[in-house]
Amino acid sequence: MDRLIFLARRCIKAVLVILCVIAINFALIRAAPGDPATILAGEAGAVDAGFVERIRQDYGLDKPVPVQLLTYMKQLLTFDLGESYREHRPVKEIVLEKLPATLLLTLSAFVFSVIVGVSLGIAAARRAGSLLDTLITAGSLVFFAMPLFWIGLLAIVVFSMKLGWLPPYGMSTVGAEFTAWETMLDVARHLVMPAVTLGLFYVAIYTRVTRAAALEVMDQDFVKTARAKGVPEGRVWRRHILRNSVLPVITFISLQAGHILGGSVLIETVFAWPGIGRLAFDALFQRDYNLLLAVFFVSSVMVVLFNLIADFLYSLADPRIELQT
Amino acid sequence: MKKAIRQLAFALGTALFASVAFAQAPRDGGSLNLIVTPEPPTINLGNGKLGPSSFVGSKIYEGLISLTPKLEPIPRLAQSWTISPDGKVYTFKLRPGVKWHDGKPFTSADVLFSFKQYLPATFARTKLIMGQTASIEAPDDLTVVFTLKQPYPAFMYIFEATGGTIMPKHLYEGVTDYRTTQVNNTIVGTGPFKLGEWRRGAFIKLVKNTEYWDKGKPHLDNLFFHIVPDAVGRSIAFESGKVDAIRAGDVENFEIARLAAAPGVALTKAGWEFLQPIGFLNMNLRNKPIDDLRFRQAIAHAIDRQFIIKNIFSTFGEPVNGPFPGGYVFRDTTVETKYPYDPARAKALLDEMGLKPDADGTRVSLRLLPLPYGETWQRLAEYTRERLNAVGIKTTIVATDVPGWFSRASSGDFDLAYNFVYLLGDPAIGVSQTYLSTNQLNRGTAANIDGYVNRDVDALLIKAEQETNKTERAKLYSQIQKTLSHDLPILWTHQMVMPTVYRTKVKNLISTGLGMNENFADVWIGK
Repeated sequence: MDRLIFLARRCIKAVLVILCVIAINFALIRAAPGDPATILAGEAGAVDAGFVERIRQDYGLDKPVPVQLLTYMKQLLTFDLGESYREHRPVKEIVLEKLPATLLLTLSAFVFSVIVGVSLGIAAARRAGSLLDTLITAGSLVFFAMPLFWIGLLAIVVFSMKLGWLPPYGMSTVGAEFTAWETMLDVARHLVMPAVTLGLFYVAIYTRVTRAAALEVMDQDFVKTARAKGVPEGRVWRRHILRNSVLPVITFISLQAGHILGGSVLIETVFAWPGIGRLAFDALFQRDYNLLLAVFFVSSVMVVLFNLIADFLYSLADPRIELQT
Repeated sequence: MKKAIRQLAFALGTALFASVAFAQAPRDGGSLNLIVTPEPPTINLGNGKLGPSSFVGSKIYEGLISLTPKLEPIPRLAQSWTISPDGKVYTFKLRPGVKWHDGKPFTSADVLFSFKQYLPATFARTKLIMGQTASIEAPDDLTVVFTLKQPYPAFMYIFEATGGTIMPKHLYEGVTDYRTTQVNNTIVGTGPFKLGEWRRGAFIKLVKNTEYWDKGKPHLDNLFFHIVPDAVGRSIAFESGKVDAIRAGDVENFEIARLAAAPGVALTKAGWEFLQPIGFLNMNLRNKPIDDLRFRQAIAHAIDRQFIIKNIFSTFGEPVNGPFPGGYVFRDTTVETKYPYDPARAKALLDEMGLKPDADGTRVSLRLLPLPYGETWQRLAEYTRERLNAVGIKTTIVATDVPGWFSRASSGDFDLAYNFVYLLGDPAIGVSQTYLSTNQLNRGTAANIDGYVNRDVDALLIKAEQETNKTERAKLYSQIQKTLSHDLPILWTHQMVMPTVYRTKVKNLISTGLGMNENFADVWIGK
């Protein structure tokens, strides 16, 4: 029952957060110089005097911003995300077209970064002060400091151009006629570099956080007690140290959700990965308001969901934490 | 013996000729991989006139004519045409037996629909030029007659595919707003290729139109347009062999020489005869002290345009001193006023104006709007800032993205702004718009956004647009060039030379004045 109440309250909060995000973005994007009408007019080359005004009227851009916001919010209540000014297609259709690619990329990066990051962190903590620890710590510092797009470009040069192991860009081989199984393998080969590149930054973070937490936990009394009771060392690490070390990792997971779209904009651009990160980037530069707001809407839903999941994970990892709002 | 040698020579010659002929015979089949960047919002050529839409759409849709490299019209959907002696009546005989990609027949009704209804609603240039017509009629299914109010010798240029796209009337029955209708997403043309698949963000695949009117063509089975958003990624796409050709603008100019040096790769500068881009610095004459000719002359003397061509555009440019670049019709270099690089002269002119440097060396402050089209244009803005600062014109680069640039430039919110326009075959279409005092703000960035007002130039431009005698027309344009190159309403920086880099196995890639915007029916891939 407590959990249901918790969930209901969090959902209400989440809706409010999402609405606020949309309202702020709505105002921000309109504060930037240029609107869809000027873009379309610019692209038309030579235009007559009334062209821009006619487009503004067509899309309701001639109305005051609060009125436009109200109209948009009303549409949103019926899950109508509007139409793209440039493509003249429903925004929902465009976003749903691109969302699976981003989810595949970000979730792969996420799984990779958690597994590798936590494993490396534990490995470093177990042999604190050793050469392995130094290597892991230094390596994580390097990947933490290097910009994503730079790692991406280096990876393309090394693994595609020099070694020829992996395809340099895209999500699939253009023009290939594959069976379903071959298509899966093809997508997997294309996924390796972008997912690893996107994940490396978080590998670095999780490694450092896990290592620090594990070092702190391993000196605690309950670990000493476990060892004194004769619990095997592997079990001490798995049941006692690891479980208590992942709490800060969970905090970072919820933060990662917020950053993942920003990262995927870069990675999707460098690797020509057809996801919503790039869609947001393109929509911004084309002032395609509806499309951009829809991407923000989807990404804020993702962030809120991740946070909700993180809260649940806290309570699972540490029974002392209660679900409270 | 002599006879034997002659026979041997003849046999060798014949064999050589045969082998050359055999080598040149087009091969059918295969796929051509290209890059389209940025991803076009639409590939409906009637509704999308930007570069990427034109590049892809021109393989699907057609115009009545195409243009040779010398810009002479050649038949496409029109088989032949006549122009009345007074230059007012254009009669087109259409090609019989042409079918739309959905199997419906193409007739004169489609041409009428395109020029009377569709294009004037979607494309401002066609709307403006159609304002010159008194009537458009179709006496039968295969004849269309355009009657003009007054002669307009540039009229033929509106019929090539990218500007004069012929649209399928039958799809648009009952549609009222041609610009926003979702029917535009149904891609049906008459061209050699049909839309196969568009995987948004990844690629566009066009497939051979087996019912194409030009029997035996196209030679290629498929065209793939890869969508690669990052400039470095596009270089890699070419280097790694994923794509067979890259257009000017796909990669930065400074990458071109490296890519073209690879084995089996060639570079051509052909194919831009119709578009003919010219780069320039807009100067807002509404703002002081830019309204003073001496100030504009000082700016011209302060900037080394040879340096720009050599070092910023990596030699892909030609110097130009007026609105008519090399190879453009009616160009007359004898009348041009030249303002060579001479910073001392620039300072002297500024002194003469009374613009003395203050303690920091600043005489006047200006805002420069860079063209946000990649690294090369950004470098151009930075170079310009440094040169102008050196003569005491303190220049601040205004950070902007493409929408901001469009907005500020077209509304006159700038002091200096980098820009380029396509000259489109004839000055009546490509030059007039930028200098007519009646065509100023909020009409796109190719308009007279500088606010240049010269009634004599206005009158000459209008007169030249309508003059049918070529010699007389040339004289009028000479006068225009003389005045404009002296008045410097704009600082023309360079004629843009546009490189296409391609693998030599790709044959006939550039065969007409439309270049990469040609329909690719003749393109084939050798071994």
